[in-house]
Amino acid sequence: MRSSLMKAGFILLGAVLLIFILWPLVQTIFSSSPKGLWTTILDPKVRGAIGLTFYASAIATVIAILTGIPLAYLLARHEFPGKGLIEGLIDLPIVVPHTAVGIALLMVFGREGLLGKAFGAIGVRFVSSVPGIVIAMLFVSMPFLVNAARDGFAAVDPRLEGVARTLGAGPWTAFRKVALPLAWRNILSGTILMWARGLSEFGAVVILAYHPMIAPVLLYERFESYGLDYARPVAVWVILSSLAVFVGLRMLAGRRKK
Amino acid sequence: MRDERLSVRGLEVEAGQFRLSGIDISAAAGEYLVLLGPTGAGKTILLETIAGLRRVRRGEIKLNGEDVTHLPPERRNIGFVYQDYALFPHLPVSDNIAFGLRLHREGRTEIERKVRWISSLIGISDLLPRRIDGLSGGERQRVALARALVLSPRALLLDEPLGALDPQYREELQQVLSRLHRELSPTTVHVTHDFEEAISLGDRVAVMEGGRIVQEGSVDEIFRRPASPFVARFVGARNVFPGEVIPEEGGGSEFVTNGVRLAVVTDITGPAHAAVRPEDILISHAPLSSSARNSMHGRITEIIDRGMVVYVRVTVPPDFVCAITRQSLAQMDLRLGMEVYISFKASAVHVF
Repeated sequence: MRSSLMKAGFILLGAVLLIFILWPLVQTIFSSSPKGLWTTILDPKVRGAIGLTFYASAIATVIAILTGIPLAYLLARHEFPGKGLIEGLIDLPIVVPHTAVGIALLMVFGREGLLGKAFGAIGVRFVSSVPGIVIAMLFVSMPFLVNAARDGFAAVDPRLEGVARTLGAGPWTAFRKVALPLAWRNILSGTILMWARGLSEFGAVVILAYHPMIAPVLLYERFESYGLDYARPVAVWVILSSLAVFVGLRMLAGRRKK
Repeated sequence: MRDERLSVRGLEVEAGQFRLSGIDISAAAGEYLVLLGPTGAGKTILLETIAGLRRVRRGEIKLNGEDVTHLPPERRNIGFVYQDYALFPHLPVSDNIAFGLRLHREGRTEIERKVRWISSLIGISDLLPRRIDGLSGGERQRVALARALVLSPRALLLDEPLGALDPQYREELQQVLSRLHRELSPTTVHVTHDFEEAISLGDRVAVMEGGRIVQEGSVDEIFRRPASPFVARFVGARNVFPGEVIPEEGGGSEFVTNGVRLAVVTDITGPAHAAVRPEDILISHAPLSSSARNSMHGRITEIIDRGMVVYVRVTVPPDFVCAITRQSLAQMDLRLGMEVYISFKASAVHVF
């Protein structure tokens, strides 16, 4: 009796939170006229911004896969002094306000920054450019991938790789044929999360690259310059496209499970 | 000198706080060596070192006379089977077995032929298309064996291969192991803490304690002449006493312990240990007139039922543990607190 009362209370409280999340999203989507939505999506600036957002976040995710998965594997397999510090460092981007991240990146990748100058020499510019958007997204969303991959590798019994070695596999083959496929689900879900997190980034990007405009920046500009009625259809498209991709990838990941 | 397939000399390994030192063991081609020791003796670490999974600080490991001490595991061709199987859960049984063959770049038909050969030998042909998570413990251990043996390894290392199995499967797999050893005779090192496993499988036994090998010899040697109280207790001679040997006129000796004098046959004099195996002690209601030179009177203080065998503790003092069959227990109607006589031959006392 008591436990069912508790359950009812928990359901009620949980429902409050879920409604709080769903209501604004649903109302935004349904309060725009189909005609308004249609003209908005015909606007090349809107389509360009949404496309750029997906593209830049995807590039950031690929960079994080190439550099973050080896790091995650090291963290899962080895004990070394300063390991706790490194793990804290990986979580840091979650805590630091993202506008501050933008400023910090500007210090290093700006025109006067050390890396900014170095890359400038080979023609890569970060301020007001796609590479700037990519590094801002990479910085703030990398923790999702690294942490998920690390947990995935940590759950793989290291002795499995040991056995693979005795069967003739070198370290790289053992990693590729045993650790990687067994941690694959975690890595995939971390990849999806990171990409999705990158899509929604505003604060760090807006400081480095107001232009070219990604969707969240375009949305902000429409709201600031023209008001809610102009911003809302853009918001609807941003919400719908993010949602579609997110749900689609989740389903794909879910199917792999079976 | 024997034909040494596997030889380990002066091996020293560090594993966190634990340390193996001065390890010397060897196995002849086709020999079945059992590494016996309690949990935490370092048996698994030693096996992993032989396989190349741990770094050697000092000493050497040789295979067929070739120094492999610093060779990576993938170039040793040593088969390894863990207690909890360590099968690849993302691959079906057939791919688990073929894993090593594929790495060795064998042809497709050759791989199939070898997988079929080892599977029928081990009796798992039906399991080939199955997933790992649907298999029983005994089935998994057979797959793990097949995965190692299909490569015809230069040595086979088994880490408590029967340890995780239910008793009924354990006996079955034990038979599989001894049959495989007859048919393929791989040089085998089998780690266990179970002396009965050692007796039924091993050609030779090395006893390990605290990161060292404390005795190595034939099963019978270890059984009859344990080199230390630890080995004696560990191999099941439950009656181990510290004391002193006093030579007697006429060639015999007496072993004095705890106020009790035992007739013994030994060349040793002075402080020593004596061990009597529980099954060498007879229990009777009246003093026996037999050739047994040691006869004592005591009280039953404990009866431990181990199924086939029953251990009866008789306090003289000291305490003697005697092994009798369940049938004798019933026939003699032995009970706690009962006064009985125990007797054993002087030659049944091992002095060391």
